[in-house]
Amino acid sequence: MKKRRLALFLALVMLGTALCGCGGGSANESAQGSNGKNGTAVRGGEITVGIAQDLEDSLDPHMMVAAGTKEVLFNVFEGLVKPNSDGELIPAVAESYQTSDDETTYTFTLRKGVKFHNGQPVTADDVIYSISRCAGLSGGDPLVPALSAVKSITSPDSKTIVITLKEPNNEFLAYLTVAIVPKDYTEQSTRPVGTGPFRFVSRSPQESIVLERFADYWGNAAYVDKVTYKIYENADALVLALNSGSIDLCAHLTPDQTSQLSTDTFQVLEGTMNLVQAVYLNNAQPPFDNEKVRQALSYALNVQQIMDLMADGHGARVGSSMYPAFTKYFDDSLTNYYAYDPLKAKQLLVEAGYPNGFSMTIKVPSNYQPHMDTAEVVVEQLRAVGVNAAIQPVDWSTWLSDVYTGRNFQATVVGVDASNMTARSMLDRFVSTSGKNFINYNNSEYDALYEKAIAASDDAEQTALYKQMERKLTETAANLYIQDLSDLVAMKKNLDGLHFYPIYVLDLSTIHYVE
Amino acid sequence: MKYTAKKLLLAAVTMVIVSFLAFLAFQIIPGDPTTTLLGTDATPERVEALRHSLGLDRPFLVRYGSWVAGFFRGALGTSYSYSMPVGSMLGGKIPITGLLTGLSFVLIVAVSLPVGLLSSQKENSRLDQVLDAVNQVLMAVPPFFTGILLTYVFGLVLKWFTPGSFVAPGENFGACLRYLIFPAVAIALPRIAMTVKMLRSSMQSELRRAGYVRTAYSRGDSRRRVLYGHVLRNALVPVVTFLAMTMADIVAGSVVIEQVFAIPGMGQLLLRSVSTRDFPVVQAIIVIIAFWVVLVNFLADVINQRIDPRLRLQ
Repeated sequence: MKKRRLALFLALVMLGTALCGCGGGSANESAQGSNGKNGTAVRGGEITVGIAQDLEDSLDPHMMVAAGTKEVLFNVFEGLVKPNSDGELIPAVAESYQTSDDETTYTFTLRKGVKFHNGQPVTADDVIYSISRCAGLSGGDPLVPALSAVKSITSPDSKTIVITLKEPNNEFLAYLTVAIVPKDYTEQSTRPVGTGPFRFVSRSPQESIVLERFADYWGNAAYVDKVTYKIYENADALVLALNSGSIDLCAHLTPDQTSQLSTDTFQVLEGTMNLVQAVYLNNAQPPFDNEKVRQALSYALNVQQIMDLMADGHGARVGSSMYPAFTKYFDDSLTNYYAYDPLKAKQLLVEAGYPNGFSMTIKVPSNYQPHMDTAEVVVEQLRAVGVNAAIQPVDWSTWLSDVYTGRNFQATVVGVDASNMTARSMLDRFVSTSGKNFINYNNSEYDALYEKAIAASDDAEQTALYKQMERKLTETAANLYIQDLSDLVAMKKNLDGLHFYPIYVLDLSTIHYVE
Repeated sequence: MKYTAKKLLLAAVTMVIVSFLAFLAFQIIPGDPTTTLLGTDATPERVEALRHSLGLDRPFLVRYGSWVAGFFRGALGTSYSYSMPVGSMLGGKIPITGLLTGLSFVLIVAVSLPVGLLSSQKENSRLDQVLDAVNQVLMAVPPFFTGILLTYVFGLVLKWFTPGSFVAPGENFGACLRYLIFPAVAIALPRIAMTVKMLRSSMQSELRRAGYVRTAYSRGDSRRRVLYGHVLRNALVPVVTFLAMTMADIVAGSVVIEQVFAIPGMGQLLLRSVSTRDFPVVQAIIVIIAFWVVLVNFLADVINQRIDPRLRLQ
């Protein structure tokens, strides 16, 4: 009798323990908060922002590459111009500028009274130093590849900077968002100094980064006094910290995470990640060198189902290498070019010579859960048309050296963003001679269109050519385009002023407490 | 003295072998710090330039030799990711991991020894059976899960601490301890269970086979006196060795707990540094962990020798 009761007790305990582990997020959706609240903006206060990864990158603005680092340091650095939340370029360190008619010479007038975080005023020498460094003018490699177009930079007087390009380029202005840094300062990689609304105070590896409002900022001062970024590598720890009040703001959350947040304390705002997620195919490897095969696979994907399964339906479908935030260049007619049609997919595969399908491997960076989730749905959808895909997770470092640099892959699921805010950077990658053409796309018509676009004399012509390039990518099914991932941001209800940008940044200067 | 000298030599050799293997491992795995640092902006020229400036284009043995030389000078190198000297990076983290490990150890010893002894004393009683059952459950539950459960119950429901707000020991030692007690419990629970079981079975086997036990009983000693006076000392030897292994294991397994409780300790740093191929940091941490394991085993040997004089004869 004793033994039986003990056994029953044990069984109940085990069952209870096992059940605790199950039970995912609750079914109710968090309400989308409104951004324009009634309540006066309060100056001052401190906020804590949660981020999922530390900035394991140089803090030197000309050397940093990780999107996460740029996101944080956006608040610390500025260039001659800087982007605003509408995607336009507004003057920053420069007060005004003029472009010559032949688009090879840009003349900037420096703004008066701009100071660096160390108190020194910004001079023409600092600007020349910063841009020369990026353009590789003083020997050495250009740190910012786009600036290799610069032929020379001079300063006829202390308030004017003249930049001359090797060839005409009407999009060059967008590249001048590179940070202006003090000329003789050597500690940028550990203690960055810039001109932005916040200044860097300190960092503790794997723990936190602290920024403070810069009192001598030339423009609209930031509202809050201090921002502490705290690092939470683990998704569950992040949610626990949010719910306990340790964090006030956190971006890039999944619907699973936001559903666990208390709606009394938090509002959830939705933006987009501003990237193109796709199954990128290695166009140099059979069977993906066959256009019909790529088109067949495009018809095999049910993008709506992918978005439903991995993000509760959040996300914006894309049909080419451009995301919706680029309103001027985004061609919506391409979005549903390949409507879900598995029968047509199979038919095209037969025509291509693969009546029984084939096997393939998809390498996915395992640290990006959204891409892993998408890949799983894609595998099932491909199986339905006879293509057996196996997922091979690799860590980010391996992905970079193997897939991106080594181009040793058949297919990969990843998100590609615009490195600066230009449409060109989304498209120049696929020119056959580009060093960033990791998919080995090779289409002479595309290359010709690109040449015409960069030589285009006016904006309208260039925009039209870009759209034609997008169409070419879609028609030849360079990749299996999926979506621009949604970006869920949780913010405490007593905060306001978050503006979404068309690039991967988090502007802290407009965020404030409300009464 | 000869014994200590021998042990020290063994320790040094172990650390050399471990550090060499770690160095070797990085040669073999794909991915390298230059492509990680340069990301999608990498061009072959930039990669080469960076490799040269980091000294990565030198032959393997030269690099290893230079690292060893630097180690003895006290220069542990500079982190590739953070551009900070490794020594100062670790200087802040070692006390945190040390504190967490120390707390866990205190908990383990303070709970498992009395419980184990109690269990042995009242062998096969109802209490003993219940304890045994609880033991089984605790051994099976992973610390990761216990950690989240504790954080939820004590952090969010009872609000005894604020999850995510780790306080550095330098800032406020008391608050830091109060925060670390919960992860320490999560780490300690399964190991308490294992130690109790270990102690119990060790005591049992001593009681069964030892002739001196029969002599003691025939002399009129109570069960209690036999247990605490004679058996315990002999039974402790394997337990001390086990505890040493546990201590080593805690440091190695701290990564998971550090992640759940958002503690910026060494384990977390090690994991990230391997991901970003930040050799200098990884090497330094691996050597520190190797040193820790050797030290702990050495202490276990010394303690065992004091408990059981028979072990002193070498």
